[in-house]
Amino acid sequence: MDGYYASYAPVLAIVVAGVGLVASIFAANRLLAPRRQSPEKLLTYESGVDPIGEGWAQIHLRYYVFAYLYVIFAVDAVFLFPWATVFAGLGWTVVGEMAVFIGFIAVGLLYAWRKGVLTWT
Amino acid sequence: MNLAHGAGVILAKDDLSEFGNDPWWLWLVKGVLIFVILVVLTLFNIWAERRVVARMQHRVGPNVHGPFGLLQSLADGIKLALKEDVVPKAADKVLFIIAPVISTIPAFIAFAVIPFGPVVTVPFTDIETPLQLTDMPVAVLYILAVASVGIYGIVLAGWSSGSTYALLGGLRSSAQMISYEVAMGLAFVAVFLYAGSMSTSEIVAAQERLWFGLILIPSFLIYIAAMVGETNRAPFDLPEAEGELVGGFHTEYSSLKFALFFLAEYVNMVTVGALATTLFLGGWMAPWPLSLWDGANQGYLPLLWFLGKTMLFIFFFIWLRGTLPRMRYDQFMKLGWKVLIPVALLWTVAVATIRAITLDEGIDRRYIIGAALVAVLVFLALSFVGEKATEEEPEEEPEFDAFAGGYPVPPMPGQQLPVLTSVTGSTGTSAGAGDTDDGGAPVSEEDRGA
Repeated sequence: MDGYYASYAPVLAIVVAGVGLVASIFAANRLLAPRRQSPEKLLTYESGVDPIGEGWAQIHLRYYVFAYLYVIFAVDAVFLFPWATVFAGLGWTVVGEMAVFIGFIAVGLLYAWRKGVLTWT
Repeated sequence: MNLAHGAGVILAKDDLSEFGNDPWWLWLVKGVLIFVILVVLTLFNIWAERRVVARMQHRVGPNVHGPFGLLQSLADGIKLALKEDVVPKAADKVLFIIAPVISTIPAFIAFAVIPFGPVVTVPFTDIETPLQLTDMPVAVLYILAVASVGIYGIVLAGWSSGSTYALLGGLRSSAQMISYEVAMGLAFVAVFLYAGSMSTSEIVAAQERLWFGLILIPSFLIYIAAMVGETNRAPFDLPEAEGELVGGFHTEYSSLKFALFFLAEYVNMVTVGALATTLFLGGWMAPWPLSLWDGANQGYLPLLWFLGKTMLFIFFFIWLRGTLPRMRYDQFMKLGWKVLIPVALLWTVAVATIRAITLDEGIDRRYIIGAALVAVLVFLALSFVGEKATEEEPEEEPEFDAFAGGYPVPPMPGQQLPVLTSVTGSTGTSAGAGDTDDGGAPVSEEDRGA
């Protein structure tokens, strides 16, 4: 428990405490709340009318494209964060390198922009 | 090789040795205190939100239970515990129950690395400990990671409900969060460039002379926009847009599971506010006139500055909600991808350049920042000018057709109502036309806590 991982141990403790809190909340709810179920009550809510079909409707492809774009920028962040912390003292070379890298990413964004992916139609 | 060597040298200066040395009971005390503070703050913030929004709308707000109605949220919480917990038949039961848990716990554990104050002596003992549960060399990254896990809760809640409203709410939420998380992460890069560390305590220490919020204004603004988007708060609360999606992702939730989502939302508000305080407003450091006094940054007093700054952000959240209408989804995504992210990318390169000039050429950063600020202001001004010109283009006003598409519709902005001819031929003509005009009166939002 010493060295590098020592600073992570309290996180584990707080996770355990959080699970405990949620478990006690659920237990309290189980004890306090009434349970009188009827078929109508268990129906999916659709603003008062009987639900038609399944709730798992088809999803527009657009959301999927945003997920792709996110992956690009998440990778971007993975490189940017360590770069930013060790930046001081490495001089102009790293500025140039990162500018080129961000330039590439930006071209990707520009391409998506020109293709009209970012416009919600 | 050279780079690795440099990295080793610079990373070594992160001195986090004062963390992780506490006895186990101190962890427990700190952990429990974090939970207590966050739950009490949640109860307080819900009350504060309802009172402040009420003031803004010329109402009174909850004022019955306890002094100034302070116990209202507690009463609401107890009421929710006494309500029946309905799991719809169409729901995926396991995920439906796990989703609020996944949403709540990360909200709390993100707070583990937030520094509340400097190193203090624990009362009744002579143990010295920082007012922070733990810190790590990647603390900010850890917060981002944990916050992302919280998003799973919302997405899974939306999916597992088996309802179209909830599914759409969950989807919107995921698209929204991933869009704004990119901008948020890019806003952090500038802070890391100046602090040279991702550890929260180091970042606070680096702001001893000047807050990063002052020298990195664009990052700060981008972060503020992104944090509102990340927490699903008005005007970016599209995942729970009442007018379109009923309750959004939590439509099907009831009883304490519903309460858990609200707990998560309000704890997240505190978390992003505290993170903004830590990264941009000097953390627990006293604000300027007070910082002249040496004692202001010692002992337990900084707790007060920290909470004060965090509450400032909470008030800002409430103010936004009381002021701005909900954004349309396409405008929201446009803001994220076409404004925030490109600006953040440019700004990152600009900060790196400024930083390199300061470090390598020895030019005072004040001149560079001044010049950069002017450039940014000019750029912003230009972008506003450009936008206006494009907005004015589609200015052909079609004749108002009261039965467009076969349904009676109100006039669009800029359209004129046709002059009504009175049947009776009396003077009621103009009054009748005037009555139909106030269809756009703001309808106050339903109180969340109720």
